[in-house]
Amino acid sequence: MYQINGYFEASTIKEAIDYLVGNENSQVIAGGTDVLIKTRERKSGYTDKDLVGIMRIPVLKGINLDDDGNILIGSTTTFTEVEEDEIIQRNIPSLAAACGSVGGPQIRNIGTIGGNVANGATSADSASTLFAMDAVICLEGPEGKREIPIKEFYLGPGKVAMNKGELMTHIKILKENFMCFKGHYIKFSQRKAMDIATLGCSIMVKTTGNKIDELKIAYGVAGPTPIRATEAEAIAKGMEITTENLDLIGEKCLENASARDSWRASKAFRQQLIRELPKRAIKIALGGGE
Amino acid sequence: MLKTINCTINGKVMELQVDVRESLLDMLRNRLHLTGTKQGCGVGECGACAVLIDGQTLDSCIYLAVWADGKDVVTIEGLTGTDGSLSDLQQNFVDKGAIQCGFCTPGFVVSATALLDKKPNPTKAEIRRGLSGNLCRCTGYTKILDAVEATAEQRRNK
Amino acid sequence: MEHKVIGKSVERWDAIAKVTGRANYTGDIPQKELLYGKICRAKIAHGRVKNMDISEALKVPGVVKILTPDDVPEISFPTAGHPYSLDPKFADVADRRILTRNVRLYGDEIAAVIAESELAAEIAVSKIKVEYEEYEFYLTPEEALKEGAVEIHEGTKNIIADTTLEIGDLDSGFKEADIIIEDICATPIVQHCQMENQIAYAYKDVDNRWVCVSSTQIPHIVRRVLGQAFGMPWGRFRVIKPFIGGGFGNKQDIVVEPLAVAMSMAVGGKAVMLDLHREEVFAWTRVRHAISYKIKMGFTNDGIITALDIDAISNNGAYASHGHSIVSKGSGIVTAIYKVPNYRYRGRTVYTNTAAAGAMRAYGTPQITYALETFMNKFSIMTGIDQFELRAKNFTKVNDENPVLHMTQHSMSLRECLDKGRQIFNWDEKRKSIDESKDSDFVRGLGMAAFAYTSGAYPKTMEIAGCRLVLNQDGSIKMMMGATEIGQGADTVFSQMVADTVGIPFEWVIADAVTDTDIAPFDTGAYASRQTFVSGMAVKKAAVELKEKILEASYHFSKKTNKVTVDDMDIVDGNIIQKHDGQIIESLGDLALKTYYNMHEGHCLTADVSNRCTKNAYPYGVTLAEVEVDKKTGKVEVLSILNVHDSGKIINPLLASGQVEGGMAQGLGYGLSEELKYDEKTGKPLNNNLLDYKMPTFMDIPDLGVSFVEIDDPVGPYGNKSLGEPPLCSPAPALRNAIIDALGIYVKDIPVTPQKIIEALSENREV
Repeated sequence: MYQINGYFEASTIKEAIDYLVGNENSQVIAGGTDVLIKTRERKSGYTDKDLVGIMRIPVLKGINLDDDGNILIGSTTTFTEVEEDEIIQRNIPSLAAACGSVGGPQIRNIGTIGGNVANGATSADSASTLFAMDAVICLEGPEGKREIPIKEFYLGPGKVAMNKGELMTHIKILKENFMCFKGHYIKFSQRKAMDIATLGCSIMVKTTGNKIDELKIAYGVAGPTPIRATEAEAIAKGMEITTENLDLIGEKCLENASARDSWRASKAFRQQLIRELPKRAIKIALGGGE
Repeated sequence: MLKTINCTINGKVMELQVDVRESLLDMLRNRLHLTGTKQGCGVGECGACAVLIDGQTLDSCIYLAVWADGKDVVTIEGLTGTDGSLSDLQQNFVDKGAIQCGFCTPGFVVSATALLDKKPNPTKAEIRRGLSGNLCRCTGYTKILDAVEATAEQRRNK
Repeated sequence: MEHKVIGKSVERWDAIAKVTGRANYTGDIPQKELLYGKICRAKIAHGRVKNMDISEALKVPGVVKILTPDDVPEISFPTAGHPYSLDPKFADVADRRILTRNVRLYGDEIAAVIAESELAAEIAVSKIKVEYEEYEFYLTPEEALKEGAVEIHEGTKNIIADTTLEIGDLDSGFKEADIIIEDICATPIVQHCQMENQIAYAYKDVDNRWVCVSSTQIPHIVRRVLGQAFGMPWGRFRVIKPFIGGGFGNKQDIVVEPLAVAMSMAVGGKAVMLDLHREEVFAWTRVRHAISYKIKMGFTNDGIITALDIDAISNNGAYASHGHSIVSKGSGIVTAIYKVPNYRYRGRTVYTNTAAAGAMRAYGTPQITYALETFMNKFSIMTGIDQFELRAKNFTKVNDENPVLHMTQHSMSLRECLDKGRQIFNWDEKRKSIDESKDSDFVRGLGMAAFAYTSGAYPKTMEIAGCRLVLNQDGSIKMMMGATEIGQGADTVFSQMVADTVGIPFEWVIADAVTDTDIAPFDTGAYASRQTFVSGMAVKKAAVELKEKILEASYHFSKKTNKVTVDDMDIVDGNIIQKHDGQIIESLGDLALKTYYNMHEGHCLTADVSNRCTKNAYPYGVTLAEVEVDKKTGKVEVLSILNVHDSGKIINPLLASGQVEGGMAQGLGYGLSEELKYDEKTGKPLNNNLLDYKMPTFMDIPDLGVSFVEIDDPVGPYGNKSLGEPPLCSPAPALRNAIIDALGIYVKDIPVTPQKIIEALSENREV
C-alpha cells in the first residue's frame, strides 16, 4: 500500500485543473512509474498526497499531425504507443527508438512521454531527442494555454517550468525541425534493458551530398538537464563528413557538456562517451551502420 | 479512502470496494487471494507481478487498484484453463525446463503470453526484448527462450 | 540396478504447480489473522544508539507494538547455516543480537514495529527518532585494519581470523622457478538477487510451541539457532519451509526468523510476518565476500608450477555470518585443481561496516578461481604456452591426495573437458578469424578458465543427511527428505533415485514441497552442492533398505506357494518378479495391501535412514568465451560462451543444463556488471535495488553453451558429483581473459565494466 491521501480521476483537462487549483495537496499522476516509486521511497513531497489521475482524459492521448504538418504528441501517450505509432516511425524514428529504450515492456506500456519530460530528469530517454528537435511543451492551466520551448522548460535537476495547477497537454514538434532531417538516438547504459542511461545522445542531421547543412546534437546526463551541443552544431555547418571532421565535432561537444563524477560513472568516462556517441549517431543516421 | 470499481478479473465481472492506497498487486493477492502473482521488488524492476491489463503486460505493483476500473485483468490463474489444463505456452515452460524456483514464472508466462499475442513469430532478439522487463536469477533465461520459441513454432504449424 | 529414469530428463514434479501459480510460497499461505513487522534501521554506518524516541511512532493508527533492544533477549547468537560444532573452537562466531544498540553498518537493525498493516508499520518506522553517537566507519578491510581503527566488535581488532597454511618449502619453490609473476587483483561485493525476498512469519501453535514459516534453505539449522537466540530448548521451535523462490546461499543464514519469532512473542503468539523489501535484501541480508589477493607464482620455463604464495584479504562486513570459512575454502580449491608442491595461503577475514558477507553460490570459489585463472592466463601470455596445455600440465590426477583437504580423488576429467570444449567451441578456428579483426574499433578476443569444486562440505564440517521412505497402500512410495528443495530440482532428482533403486515408475514417488522440522528427517539443508551427493547417499541407502524389506515381505507372504528365493527376486516397473525368467510374482500394490492389512503379520514397510557422509568428490569444469569489445566506449558483447562440466553421472540432463545456464548467467554478471556500492561519505549503500545493481536482464545474456563429460565417479551414490554451484566458478575469469585478449591491455579487477576498460585503454596498461 502506498502512503496516499486521496485519489481523483479526472476525465477532462478542466476537471484536472480545477482540482489542482482547488487542492493545495494535490499531485498529478499519469502512468505512475515515477510518482508511485517516489511515494514508496517516502521522498519528501510525495507522501500523503491527493493524487489526480489524468490517464482517462481522451485529448491527452495519441499522436496527430496538425494542419501545418507539425506533430502533436499527447502527454499521456505511453512509450509503447509512441514507439509503435506510424507518424512517429515515418517522421522521427529516433524518437521511436528513444521511447523503445525505456525500461522494459511493462514500463513502456504505462509510462508516458509527458511524465518522462515533466519529472525533469536529465536521464529521461525521450528528452534528448525532443531537445534535438527543439520540441515545444504545450501547457494548460487556470490562466489558459501556453507554449514553451523544451530548453526553457527544464530549469534544473527535477525542476521544470510548470506552475501549480498547470498540466502538460502536448509535446509539439514543428515540421521544420524534422522534415529533411535524419536522426538517431544512442542510449549508453550498462544493461540492454531496465536501465537508465549513463549517457544518452540524440542527433538530427540534414545533409546535401557529403556536406552537413544542419546538425543538432542533444545529450542526456551530460549536465544537470538535457543539453544541446551548440558549439559543435555551429562548427558543423557546412562541414564535409569525414572522420577528421567528425572527431572535431565530437571534441567540440565537450564545450557544452558539464558531465560530473558520480558513483554511476566517472566524469572522464562520460566525456569519452560525449565525444564518441555523436559521431556514431551521425554515421548511423546517414546509413553508415553501427 | 474507498472507491468502488468495476472490472473483469480472469473473465469474471466484479464490483469491488478498493482502498485508493492499494496497488493492484495488493488487491489481487490480499483481497482476491490470487497469489500466483508475486512481489519481487515493488517498484516495477523485476516483473514478478506482471498481469495482463486489456491484453498488455503491466507490473501490478506500481499500478493502483483504482486504475483497474473498467479494465480487463488477467492473472496467471486466468491463463490456466478452468479445468486446470495448461496453455500451450505453460506446457512448453514445463517441457523445456524453463522453471526452477518458479517465483518469476507466473510473470514470465504473463509477459510471454502478451508477447506472442502481439508478435506471433518473434525472432530470438524480439523474445529477449519482449521479456526484458522480467528478471530471473535461476535459469539464465535460456530455457524460457526455448519455451517461447517452441510455442510460436507449434502455433505456426497448427 | 538398471537406470530407467536416472539419466533421463523427467519433468520436475512441481513444474505444473509453479507454472499455474498454485505453488504456495511463504507469502502465499492464507492466514486468518496476520500482523506485519517492519525493521527500523540505523541511519549511520558505525556508532551507538544513544536515545530512541518511539512516542510519535506509537501514535500511528494500526501500530500494535514497537520492540527495541530492551525488549528482546540479551543473547548473542551465530547465524551461519553450518552444522553445530561440538568443539567450541570451531563454533561459528556468535556476534548477532535480534536488535542492536551498537550500529555496525548503515541500516543495522535497531528497533521493530508490529502493526495491523505493512503501511502502518512503515509509517511508524519513519517516525522513530534516534540519537546516535557516531564512530569512524570502514568500507574496506584496509581501512578497518589501520592502526587505531575503532573496533566494530569489541576485542577483535576487526579481525575474525588470520590463518596461514604452508605446504612444502616456498623459498626453494621460488628458487626452482624460472619465471616468477607477482600481482594483485580483487573481486567485488555482489548479491544473490534470488527472486523471492527473505520472508518469514511466526506464531504460537496449539501446543504452545513457536512455529516459524520461512523461506529458508536450512530449516533444521534455523530451528537450532532460534533455540540459541532465545536461550530456550530447541524443540520449542518448529520451522516450516514451503516452496522457496531461490536462495543461492542468501537463505543459508538466519536473517529474519529470530525477529519474526520475537515479534510474535511480543503480541501473545499472534502471527506476525516479516517480509523484507528488495532494498533490504540487497543491503541487509547477506552478500558475497569481496576478496583481494596478492599473489606470487613461480613456474619453470615449460610451465610447471613450482611455488605459489597467496595472501587473501576477505571483507566480511559487519557480522561474522559464515566468516572465515569462505576465504579458507579457497586454499583447498587451489590444490584440488593444480599440483602446487610449494604453497602458502594466508587468509584474513576482516570486519568492516558493509553488509554481512555470508554464503553465496560456490562459497569463495568464484573469487579464488578468478585470481588463479587470471594468473594462469598471464603466464600463458608471457610465455606463449598454449592456455589449455599450460593448465593441463599442472592438473591434479586421479588418486592424488589434496594436501589441504586430505581427500583423494577417484575421478578427474578436466583434461577431457578442455578438449571437448576446445572442439565444440571451435576455439582454434575462432582464434584464426579473430587475429584478422584487430584493426577496427570493435575487437574480438578469446578467453578460458578452469575450476574445481567440492561435493558437500566434508571434511570441513560433518555431513549428515536423512531420508525416510514409506511404502504406501497402493505401492507408491512417500519420500520424506530433510534436504531442501529451493528451486534446483533436488526433490525431482531424489525421486528419480528412489524410482530406479527400488524399481518403480518415477510417478510413484511422492515428493513434498514442504520441509517441516517436526516431520522431515534431519538434514542440514541446501548448500555446498551437497544434495545429490550427500543427501543422495541417504536416499540410496533408504531405497536399498526398503527394497530389501519389500522383497523379504513378498518372499514371506508367498513362500508357501512359490519356491523363489529372495536372491532371485527383483522389482521392475513396480512389479515383483523372479529374476531367472522375468515372470511377475505380484504387483507392488498387491504386496503393499498384504503388508498393511494381513491380520496376523501386517506391518507398514518403511526405511528411515540417517547417513553420515565421509567422502568428497570434486567436480571440475571449464568456461570458454568469445567477446567483442568496443574500444571507444568499453562496451563488451559476449559473442559466445560455453561451460563444459565434469560432474560425473548426470541424473537429469534437463535440470542439469538449467543449473549450468543459471550459474553461467550469474557468472556473466559477476565478471562484467555486478557490484554493490557504498557511499564513501556516509557508508550508505548506493545501489541496493534491481535498477541500479546490474544483474543481467534477458537481453544481456547470449545463447549459453552447455556440455558435460560424463564419467561415473566411484564415490558418488549414482556416479554423480556436485553441479549446483560449479557453473558460476569460471565464467568471470574466462570473460576477463577474453577481454584482455581482445584489447591487449590489462584489467585486474572484476567486474570489468566499460569504464574500467576505457581507463585501462587510456593508461595503456600492459598485460
